Amino acid sequence: MLTHAKIESSNTLMIVLTTLILVWGGLVEIVPLFFQKSLTTPVNELVKPYPALQLAGRDIYIREGCYNCHSQMIRPFRAETERYGHYSVAGEFVYDHPFQWGSKRTGPDLHRVGGRYSDQWHKIHLLNPRDVVPESNMPAYAWLDRPLKEPNIGAKMAALRKVGVPYTDQEIAEAPQAVEGKTEVEAVIAYLQGLGLALKQTR
Amino acid sequence: MDFKNTSDFVHGFWNYYVIVIVIVSIIGCAVFLWVQGSAKHKPGEVTGHVWDENLEEYSNPMPNWWRWMFYITVVFALVYLALYPGLGNMAGSFGWTARGQYEAEMQAAEVQYGPKFNQFLEQDIMSVAANPEAREMGARLFQTYCAQCHGGDAGGSPGFPNLKDGDWLWGGTPERIKESITLGRMGVMPPMGTKPDMDAEQVKDVVHYVRSLSGLTADSVRIQRGQELYPQACAACHGVDAKGMEAAGYPNLTDKIWLHGSREDKMIEIVTKGITNQMPPYGEFIGEARVHLLTAYVWGLGGGVKPVAAQ
Repeated sequence: MLTHAKIESSNTLMIVLTTLILVWGGLVEIVPLFFQKSLTTPVNELVKPYPALQLAGRDIYIREGCYNCHSQMIRPFRAETERYGHYSVAGEFVYDHPFQWGSKRTGPDLHRVGGRYSDQWHKIHLLNPRDVVPESNMPAYAWLDRPLKEPNIGAKMAALRKVGVPYTDQEIAEAPQAVEGKTEVEAVIAYLQGLGLALKQTR
Repeated sequence: MDFKNTSDFVHGFWNYYVIVIVIVSIIGCAVFLWVQGSAKHKPGEVTGHVWDENLEEYSNPMPNWWRWMFYITVVFALVYLALYPGLGNMAGSFGWTARGQYEAEMQAAEVQYGPKFNQFLEQDIMSVAANPEAREMGARLFQTYCAQCHGGDAGGSPGFPNLKDGDWLWGGTPERIKESITLGRMGVMPPMGTKPDMDAEQVKDVVHYVRSLSGLTADSVRIQRGQELYPQACAACHGVDAKGMEAAGYPNLTDKIWLHGSREDKMIEIVTKGITNQMPPYGEFIGEARVHLLTAYVWGLGGGVKPVAAQ
């Protein structure tokens, strides 16, 4: 008989039983998600792998910690969809590794920011938000107006291809050319302008 | 693909997989509770734990009220799974979905607010602009969708037009404002205008001539030389009289309004590199009723131009 005394005085038994309980939870909560079409296939043909420049921008987005203040997850509530557009669905994020859903909104959600503002607005706003929105408390990212250094962009894309992003050989070969001579702020803007376009026209 | 369908396992197996694990878990909990609750306890029995040399713990059963609360959670789980989705592909007898709840919320809002928006849609822009309630609604919409670029007071900033000064790049009649909001606008000035072979000195000459048109400081010799370059470099878009062309968004160069500022170096930069300025389209996103209210609000900010028929 498994008694308190026996389980709690044996490390091995404690580890095995704890693991069993966690695995049981995972079996029902995690495993089926890998076998649902809506979670594993693009929602429509507008969902595409990030082009090289957008991918470079995505990495700057992560480097600067944008996700600390901005989510990319519009919830299915009227208060959110009136402001941001159609709620987010899983099939829009199938090429995001890692996804940038975030968990905190000090600033607004960015999932459908693509096409909302002009490139010029984004540039002014990223370098100093107060220049266009005087009330803004977003930090200025003034240093982004410098040359983009992405010597490994092709390798990054090849790595993403290993986890299921369908980049072609040609796209990978042309990647260094696509980021050549760009600035960091241009890469971030390219990334932002590509966000959430898949369901932009869906009401 | 229909993303509204949530029961879309790649194979029917996964439906039974979920059902089996869930049912086994619930039954397992109930059995475990029953076994624990019916175990015989001798009074005075200890668990075997010893702390602080001689502190021991009685192995008493859980109080009944507590045990029954666990039984209630088991019953709750079964009732919940009968009513709501959770058991494989079963939709639950309530037919509830997150998307259904969202659509109900949107419909309720449409019933409540729809008529309020639509009543204004039937009126022309100038009457809407004169209605205080419509103005208040428009002001709120403006803060949500427009203020990021045009400013909370609609006063604009360098690169983003002031909407209350009566100067319009694309026209200030109700129809033109509505078109700007619905479809957006794209203003493009090519590098060096229409005379791509200008050198830096010539660009400076042209800039000085253009500055002189609205009384900005300019060098008189450069004005002379710039005036000769102007017809070839600028007139095709900005007009021979430099008053621009509203139909295509070409700015008037003779007034004192400078979208990108009137500093000489900025003007030289714009002529040299060209400039593209965009207003994104909002028609699809916010719908016609809101565009109508926003048009009336913007038109009524003070700079609106009366339509030809009403003049």
